[in-house]
Amino acid sequence: MITFKLHRLLFLLLVPVVVIAAAGDIDPSKSTLTATFKQEGVSVENPFKKFSGHIAYDAANVAASTAMIEVETASFDMGGEEYNAEVRKKAWFDSTAFPKAIFKSTSIKADGASKFTASGTLTIKGKSIDTSVPVSVQSTARGTAFDGSIVISRAGFGIGDPAWNDVLDDKVTVHFHFINVK
Amino acid sequence: MSTSPTNAQVERYSTTAISLHWIVAALIICAFTLGWIMTDLEVSPLKLKMFNWHKWVGITILLLVIVRLLWRLTHRPPLMLPMPVWQRIAANTLHGILYVLLLLQPLSGWVYSNAAGYPVVYLGLIPLPTLVAKNKQVADVLMERHELLGWFLLVVATLHILAGLKHHFVDGDATLKRMWFKS
Repeated sequence: MITFKLHRLLFLLLVPVVVIAAAGDIDPSKSTLTATFKQEGVSVENPFKKFSGHIAYDAANVAASTAMIEVETASFDMGGEEYNAEVRKKAWFDSTAFPKAIFKSTSIKADGASKFTASGTLTIKGKSIDTSVPVSVQSTARGTAFDGSIVISRAGFGIGDPAWNDVLDDKVTVHFHFINVK
Repeated sequence: MSTSPTNAQVERYSTTAISLHWIVAALIICAFTLGWIMTDLEVSPLKLKMFNWHKWVGITILLLVIVRLLWRLTHRPPLMLPMPVWQRIAANTLHGILYVLLLLQPLSGWVYSNAAGYPVVYLGLIPLPTLVAKNKQVADVLMERHELLGWFLLVVATLHILAGLKHHFVDGDATLKRMWFKS
């Protein structure tokens, strides 16, 4: 019980840090996060409208960098409410029970001057899977930009009713373009 | 009815033209039926499949109508049967509108699909060029236009069918017969 309360306390202490935009926080208004799925050969790309995160990138010491991204699963916008509602259902994201998909880095390794590989845990729908994401870094006028993509297996995270499997590919590509607050 | 010319006397359309006419007619019925049902369905794998079938049928119609126009331009259709001038003008106008609608309707569907963020992949195999970028506002307008054109096509096609039936059953001439296969 004590540990549980301690967690709560820590969480409350952390809240103000998350709310105030600081250097290293990604700027959602300049960033994009999309998922591209394939249905009967047709590639369709749709955005997540709400996400947040923090990329503490240290170009001089890349290994010391960290990244944490949180995505609101209910914010996936397929362009029509009936489809958005479908995706929030239990069989898909189950957004009520699992409102957030989270990536948290465990180690970051430089791959040359403007590239790194972020290894970490991707948690979707309560399932955590270790993943590695190659990321390219670019300094732009708007802030530091982090670009990359990752291929996710829907089945791996239990996303989607099997009835859809002959229409919808298992593999979904998530593209991200994150810009840090300056 | 006894005054109607026999098959031998009537110059009929070429077998190619007749085949294309009836294949396109059947495909239009398919496209309409699919369009009607799929838009009322709840989100399901079947709904998505039907949308794809609808698109494939539409693109097939577009291709066949282009073939029909090319065939018509290179092969003279039979002369019109004797009929009042107003009927001749009405028939020609109706046929012209039908050709235009049969080109516009699949095109508007294709463009709408693109605007909605869905590229068209013919038969799930051949990706067609994306004609317009994804844009919700544009998609909403195009969907309305596609539906409106569909209604217009339904009206014009109905007139076309009624005129054909009138020629066959009321006038007893060979207008319909010459668009049917040799028996």
